[in-house]
Amino acid sequence: MSLVYDEYGRPFIIIKEQEKKSRIKGIEAVKASILAAKTVARTCRSSLGPKGMDKMLQSPDGDVTITNDGATILEMMEVENQIGKLLVELSKSQDHEIGDGTTGVVVLAGALLEHAEALLDMGIHPLRVAEGYEMACKVATDNLEKIKSTFEFSKDDIEPLIKTCMTTLSSKIVGRLKRHMAEICVKAVVAVADLDRRDVNLDLIKVEGKVGGTMEDTRLVEGIVIDKDFSHPQMPKELKDVKLAILTCPFEPPKPKTKHKVEIDTVEKFEELRKQEQKYFTDMVQLCKDSGAGLIICQWGFDDEANHLLMHEGLPAVRWVGGVEIELLAMATGGRIVPRFSELTPEKLGFAKSVTEISFGTTKDKMLVIEGCPNLKAVTIFVRGGNKMVLDEIKRSLHDAICVARNLVRDNSIIYGGGASEISCSLAVEAAAHEVVGDVQYAMRAFADALEAVPLALAENSGLPPIESLTAVRKRQMEENNPYLGIDCNDIGTNDMREQNVFETFLSKRQQLFLATQVCKMILKIDDVIKPSEYE
Amino acid sequence: MSQQSGILQQGASEERGENARLASFVGAVAIADLVKSTLGPKGMDKILQSMGRGQSITVTNDGATILKSIYIDNPAAKVLVDISKVQDDEVGDGTTSVVVLAGELLREAEQLVNQKIHPMTIIAGFREACECARGVLESSAFSNQDDDVAFRKDLINIAKTTLSSKILTGDKEHFANLAVDAILRLKGSGNLEAIHIIKKPGGTLKESYLDEGYILDKKIGVGQPKRVENARILVANTAMDTDKIKIYGARVRVDSMAKVADIEAAEKDKMREKCNKILSHDISCFINRQLIYNFPEEIFADAGVMAIEHADFDGIENLALVLGGEIVSTFDDPAGVKLGSCKLIEEIMIGEDRLIHFSGVALGEACTIVLRGASSHILDEADRSLHDALCVLQATVKDSRVIYGGGYPEMKMAKAVEELAGRTPGKKSLAMEAFARALRALPATICDNAGLDSSEIVSNLRAAHGADPNSRMGIDVVKGEAGDVAELGIYEAFRVKLQILSSATEASEMILRVDDIITCKPRQRQ
Repeated sequence: MSLVYDEYGRPFIIIKEQEKKSRIKGIEAVKASILAAKTVARTCRSSLGPKGMDKMLQSPDGDVTITNDGATILEMMEVENQIGKLLVELSKSQDHEIGDGTTGVVVLAGALLEHAEALLDMGIHPLRVAEGYEMACKVATDNLEKIKSTFEFSKDDIEPLIKTCMTTLSSKIVGRLKRHMAEICVKAVVAVADLDRRDVNLDLIKVEGKVGGTMEDTRLVEGIVIDKDFSHPQMPKELKDVKLAILTCPFEPPKPKTKHKVEIDTVEKFEELRKQEQKYFTDMVQLCKDSGAGLIICQWGFDDEANHLLMHEGLPAVRWVGGVEIELLAMATGGRIVPRFSELTPEKLGFAKSVTEISFGTTKDKMLVIEGCPNLKAVTIFVRGGNKMVLDEIKRSLHDAICVARNLVRDNSIIYGGGASEISCSLAVEAAAHEVVGDVQYAMRAFADALEAVPLALAENSGLPPIESLTAVRKRQMEENNPYLGIDCNDIGTNDMREQNVFETFLSKRQQLFLATQVCKMILKIDDVIKPSEYE
Repeated sequence: MSQQSGILQQGASEERGENARLASFVGAVAIADLVKSTLGPKGMDKILQSMGRGQSITVTNDGATILKSIYIDNPAAKVLVDISKVQDDEVGDGTTSVVVLAGELLREAEQLVNQKIHPMTIIAGFREACECARGVLESSAFSNQDDDVAFRKDLINIAKTTLSSKILTGDKEHFANLAVDAILRLKGSGNLEAIHIIKKPGGTLKESYLDEGYILDKKIGVGQPKRVENARILVANTAMDTDKIKIYGARVRVDSMAKVADIEAAEKDKMREKCNKILSHDISCFINRQLIYNFPEEIFADAGVMAIEHADFDGIENLALVLGGEIVSTFDDPAGVKLGSCKLIEEIMIGEDRLIHFSGVALGEACTIVLRGASSHILDEADRSLHDALCVLQATVKDSRVIYGGGYPEMKMAKAVEELAGRTPGKKSLAMEAFARALRALPATICDNAGLDSSEIVSNLRAAHGADPNSRMGIDVVKGEAGDVAELGIYEAFRVKLQILSSATEASEMILRVDDIITCKPRQRQ
């Protein structure tokens, strides 16, 4: 740390305990940041595309996750470096906003930084680079607007949606069954979508999984699946046309929050208390019965006595149902969540056509399937898979596909994948660069080069000669002015992505460009990194 | 091996590309080799010693049990452990085979990777091969569902095949009959809970038997009848010590000794009243999940009612199921309660222990298997083996398709996959050939474990299948040669085989796709 002297020549301290801290400044700091970001990006790079590889991650507790979802990989890597964390945040925000393209955005940011490094070596100021990137990003997104196409779909014609979801799923482990899975996802999204408002509430789609069976057994339940069983083993396993009471109060004597004491000093009082207690239980059950409910869903537990009383009155019940499920149930069955027994009235009950308890395999795993709800706007995707890791990965893949379908409902513009849009943008940015004078031109050219990182990685992961295939496509795009040409990852024999049916949503691509550029700008602006040295 | 990239936490490690692949292959193959020697009728057992206090010992050759008990650090190995666990949960048997097959697939894949074939190409080949093998499996399965006699014979053959690799192999005829009888009593309901297994050390395995009633390992209260005919049984789950006051915040506060005595008397009255209510159900036997204190026990004894306390949770559910009664917790409505019934309750002796025997129960589905054996280790292993057999039988009752065993399906699948490879252009065909070789490794392992010349027998089998597409040749482990498996009566359940095939392919695909292993810093434990 540099020493500073005051006007009398005495050294003074700028940063507290500065000798204990490490500090890098100026161009060094930018380079260190870029190095870290590149390392993170490199990890994701091989997971890009339909032939991308998976990563195996072992958590601190020894659990194993196998995935090729960029956001999951980065999150579970436990990156410690600050700049690395920025990239983790980047992919997370892409995940939250769009749900797909989490790997692509990191690869793009890494490439942008890599090219920035070369510019810094040439002596261009980081801020000029950032400016150039900003301008280039604008050109690129404008170009995206130009090459986007819209497609029509409706509730009856969901084929285009399925095709888009298939593109997303092809890079995942479910690739083998992408058609089946894509149909499930799209049907789920269409079922809950509000097509007039162009909105989809993803909370209404629940993805539930159970280990065992094969992936083919994955299905869409038009209703709700809860990982619970009936509270009493002898309650009927199947109910038809049943009215549900959804309760958030326990089947227990009241427990006032205020501190109180019930004092018993005579035998009479003891007797009275006992009678009161018994009456309380019967009253509770009677209230439920009177309301006309045929099934009690309770957020809390109830003890043996209440359990038997319910059983005795022929009221099946489910206990310890989680808060999220309670809400979903209420939404789906059209019932109201009732916090007190006294407020239970017939009109607050929900309705379901059938409630069945299903069991699996040789263990005593049971689940409740609630189907035929009046409000069809809640669906569950029930996933089966060979082992826990496959199951988790399928769930993540389905989540991505659902997000894609949702984005299409929101905005039905698409652009073609397989690196086609990146190459097209790269050409556009390069053309625009020629019209700018100054260092910014260099920065824009670097941006154009960086955009090619995505098709390069795609070709590389697919086992194609990367530079050769990229330049070939680039040449054809230039000559034919056709922005739909991309890398032929699946070895089908055509570069035209319209024939291959490889789409991505416009929203996702645009978001990728924005986010990656923003993060680059942020990293380039850092010129001083101060951190405490390793703790003693 | 592991490089510090500088961005991960200290103590974390990352392995990339070739290194990562090597690590996962090594881990997975090591696990497969570990259980390999337990495969087949002549497979060997393993001793597992637990780390905890007492260092208890388990002797087993059940793949899932072995893998569950060992501590593994390699992430790829954990994938294999997981598939074996799922196989156990899903179909109950084939837990070793699935791991061995996945291990063999990876071993073959490793060689292909060394030949610079991209893992994705291998996966594509494996997928197609698996699809083809599945087709063969389906076409060579057959079902005798409509013919009861033949179906029973199938079941017995399946049970015998499963049991032949276990400790019960000496008495497999006996146990196969026992298991099939038990399953057939369920009448297709497939509820294994109704089959109760009781283990009592002493005697020999041969003395194990199937009891048509239900046996409860509990004692009858003191001074109560030891034998009740045409019993009316109340199955309850209620506190029979003192009823706690459930109203929150209630407490007793008295100012004199006399009042304490009064309240105590009131409590006693309350209990007596409860007992009387129970008795008013006109019952001859009362079974409670919780403890019954001396005082109520005495009341029951006075009334001449048999009272059984502390039947644990599973016990009580099974009992309720078997006796056909409700589990009761309140006793105000004697008319509305459905009581359980049985012809005879009596105390019986097995070895030195007294147990309660319910016979002539309403639900004819239930039965109890009493296992006898020289030591608790043998009994535990016998229990596991029998459980496997029961699971397989249950799977067969649900899906009645069966298939010949003894390496026959593997040889047949291998042949079909090889033919497919011959027709497929491109590098994928290499992966298919590898798949076929991995399938053949299973019969080879069975031969090796039996001390036979595996190369000789497997190539003989291959020739036999090649010459005649309808050949039914498999391994005859007893004679040490190729034999007709249909005549030998080696049958396996179709569902088990199918699950083995698809899980093993899925798992190997999963491991093959990995090109980067990131291990986080292990959590510090105090």
